Amino acid sequence: MTNHHGTEQPRPDGIGRRRFLGYVLAAPTLAAAAQIDAPGRAQAAVTPQPTDIVDLNDLMTVAALPTSHLVTVMVNTDGTVSFALPRAEVGQGITTSTAMLIAEELDVGLERVKVSLADARPELVFNQLTGGSNTTIATYEPIRVAAAVARKQLLLAAAAQLGVPTGDLTLADGTVTAPDGTALDIGSLAEKAASTHVHRVSVSLKPRSQFAVIGTARTRVDALAAVTGRKTFAMDLDVPDAKPTMVCRAPTLNGTPRSAANLAQVRSMPGVTDVVTISTGIAVRAETFGQCIDAIQVLEVAWRDGTAEGKSDDDVLRELRWAEPSLGLPPLAPTIDERFTFAFRSNSALETNCAVADVRSDRAEIWSSLKSPIVAQQTIAAKLRLPVRDVTVHVTEGGGSFGRKLFFDAALEAAEISRAIGKPVKLMWHRADEPRQGRTHPMATSRVRTWYLGGHVLGFKQAHTSVATDLGHGFGELVTATAAHLPIADQAFSQVFFQLSQTMPYEFGASSRILNETDRGFNTGSMRNVYSPDVTCSRELVVDRLAARMREDPYRFRRRMLRTDRARAVLDEAARVGEWGRSLPDGVAQGIAFHDEYRAVSAVLVEIDCRPQTVGRQIRDAVTGPRVTKAVVAVDVGLAVNPKGLEAQMMGCVMDGIAHALTAGLHLRDGAFLEASWDNDFYTRQWNTPPDFRVVVMPPTTGEPGGAGELGVAGAMAAVACAYARATGSMPTRFPINHGTLSFEPKPPVPPVPQSPTDGLDHVR
Amino acid sequence: MPNHTFVVNGDRITVDLPDDVRLLWVLRDVLGITGPKYGCGINVCKACTSHINGRAFNPCAVPVSEVGPDDEITTIEGLPATVGRDLHPMQEAWLEHDVAQCGYCQPGQIMAAVDLVRRVEAEGREITDDDLDTLRNICRCGTYPRIRDAIRTGAAAM
Repeated sequence: MTNHHGTEQPRPDGIGRRRFLGYVLAAPTLAAAAQIDAPGRAQAAVTPQPTDIVDLNDLMTVAALPTSHLVTVMVNTDGTVSFALPRAEVGQGITTSTAMLIAEELDVGLERVKVSLADARPELVFNQLTGGSNTTIATYEPIRVAAAVARKQLLLAAAAQLGVPTGDLTLADGTVTAPDGTALDIGSLAEKAASTHVHRVSVSLKPRSQFAVIGTARTRVDALAAVTGRKTFAMDLDVPDAKPTMVCRAPTLNGTPRSAANLAQVRSMPGVTDVVTISTGIAVRAETFGQCIDAIQVLEVAWRDGTAEGKSDDDVLRELRWAEPSLGLPPLAPTIDERFTFAFRSNSALETNCAVADVRSDRAEIWSSLKSPIVAQQTIAAKLRLPVRDVTVHVTEGGGSFGRKLFFDAALEAAEISRAIGKPVKLMWHRADEPRQGRTHPMATSRVRTWYLGGHVLGFKQAHTSVATDLGHGFGELVTATAAHLPIADQAFSQVFFQLSQTMPYEFGASSRILNETDRGFNTGSMRNVYSPDVTCSRELVVDRLAARMREDPYRFRRRMLRTDRARAVLDEAARVGEWGRSLPDGVAQGIAFHDEYRAVSAVLVEIDCRPQTVGRQIRDAVTGPRVTKAVVAVDVGLAVNPKGLEAQMMGCVMDGIAHALTAGLHLRDGAFLEASWDNDFYTRQWNTPPDFRVVVMPPTTGEPGGAGELGVAGAMAAVACAYARATGSMPTRFPINHGTLSFEPKPPVPPVPQSPTDGLDHVR
Repeated sequence: MPNHTFVVNGDRITVDLPDDVRLLWVLRDVLGITGPKYGCGINVCKACTSHINGRAFNPCAVPVSEVGPDDEITTIEGLPATVGRDLHPMQEAWLEHDVAQCGYCQPGQIMAAVDLVRRVEAEGREITDDDLDTLRNICRCGTYPRIRDAIRTGAAAM
């Protein structure tokens, strides 16, 4: 990673040691800060377009202030250290890893570091987007620099108080100790170390050889809150008068309300306080969410057509086939040509879309789990015709994201409802709303062509054709978000994402890849790992075909073809720990796959059981099918800040990969998705979790952290598909593999949400 | 509107609500007990799993009129008190295995796990993989293997 502020300065001992510039801010207690840079370099490829929605000058003026990009470590008089992270914690563990960075550099116990989530800060521009597994990559250095500045100031304050040189003091575990044994807690120094003016400070960072926190396995800082039910999500907030609110939605995708026949009747229902027509449906506010559901049951609404009217899976697939670019004339060498098809998949979290909004005539306040809070703030301000500064957007802890929270659909809708009603609202989407009207991983086809001669692969082409992925959150602020909505810019935008995220890790001669997008009628988004699961799954299945043509073992073929030692190391480790090649009964097989992204490499080995007695096992209301019985992930992220957190991320990635490969598709019929329940949308459950699951975190290689939150999905999906092909003797080409069978009775589209059952006590065993 | 009286986490309370309001909304929207989470409202995802008279149930599927003055509802907030400690052994096991990711499903997972262990113990046997496979609680973060490990640890300490 490069740093623009570091300078090389020789130390007295002659060894060059990189120096970094930070700031001490004017504050009552010690506030140490560092500049946070734009994540990645991708935005350079996109030309920001002028827009009349936001006042560009205002934005640029704020962004240009010398201190505007700072993140601040505060030392408090009670000895705690606080930091407001300009990112969304949605389960990926970044509050924990951030606390670890501060604890390391400041030499305080982890339990003293309190990491909260920052409100929307438009002055951060590109730097308040949680996506692309970029958080730790982008914040690793600036957070440590701010902590190092704080450490330096604390030592200076202690030196002044004790009358000894800073070099004679030690700071450990939150206590400064003098040679005579005098000990000062950092809390007692917090005010003395504070400054009345902003000044720049030069610091060096702790060398990796002295790390005592970074790289050690730590449990989550919010674990106790999670297991006691105290962790507070948006729906748990107690905002005065923000009463439960839901929306009655159209029976087809993105249908809009034309008229409602019985609004007066619904307004008189028990508990109902308000009923109002909004752009997406009829909003109901009531004393309880149950009474909102009751109201939705009886609303009589006439709807206008949606954006996919009359379309079913096969229609979209036809559109994709038409949009597929040509792969050119077939080569003269032996060739493998394959096409893979991927259904829509819901990226819904367990916490449904939700937000609290309190909109008044002159201001608005929003609470929601948001990965692009600046775009949310700017868009809501534009919609409400309020200056951005009068719209406060709080980022709450999120109950999962998987890409969903890059968008702020609920926050925008809640703002619209609160303005229309003139009261605060607590808006919650019903579970059924999520697959039916929420965002999806787009349907796609991937064509792969590869040609070879002897033991050499001469070329490899991949043409990925997809329903357009909405990247309308841009890079986190409205300038690029708006650019992403311009028809031409959006293509450029997706190309940037696609080309930057896809690599060719094998020595496959001339390789190329193309993305083509079509049909903007769907609510899509960057589901965890975006294009990579489908692209990598297609590639790895063809890698297995190549190995078979060359009569080589799939693992040894990959090993021979991988370009780097780092790649071979994770492949070897997965094969070793997973006992590649061990004897298995007929119908049970192993698969192995490789994936690199986010400055990290990973290999996944799985075993799948496709024997009839397993496939046909009976579990109530479950789609069973083949079971992945073992999964091994070997992962090298360069430097794992928290190996325990990395392991957790790989665990979730494998469950996602299993779902993508085997079970979790959405069925589009006549303009609507049929799924409306977790028992329709077959995300991985305990009964298809691998009983044997292992993660190997490789020792640090690059010394710099790579991304982790999405890394394992592609490799896991690919390994499951490869294993399935070997277990059944037939390579799957349509995903999820169960998609051809509709395994449930679709719930009626009207009313759009099912009534809650009343027989709950009958199920008490 | 009718009054409904029952015991929640050791406190006898009375609410004035229509008969058919499901208990999940009584807990969350009326009483402010937010440990039980909404994830589906149709008794499928199990995020709201709590206990009634010591056995797991899903308040999203129980009208408030179906609980009586002597029914004892325990949510995650009241679980530790059932063993007279700051944390229930299952919660401690959850911490030991660092199970939670986003944490949204975890109160329901823990309440379901405690119930599963009690049922299996009542049958005088050890927890098996098949028992764990019967847990229907969704964890969309996919931390299922750690849940399995934690339940075995928690069972040994219960």
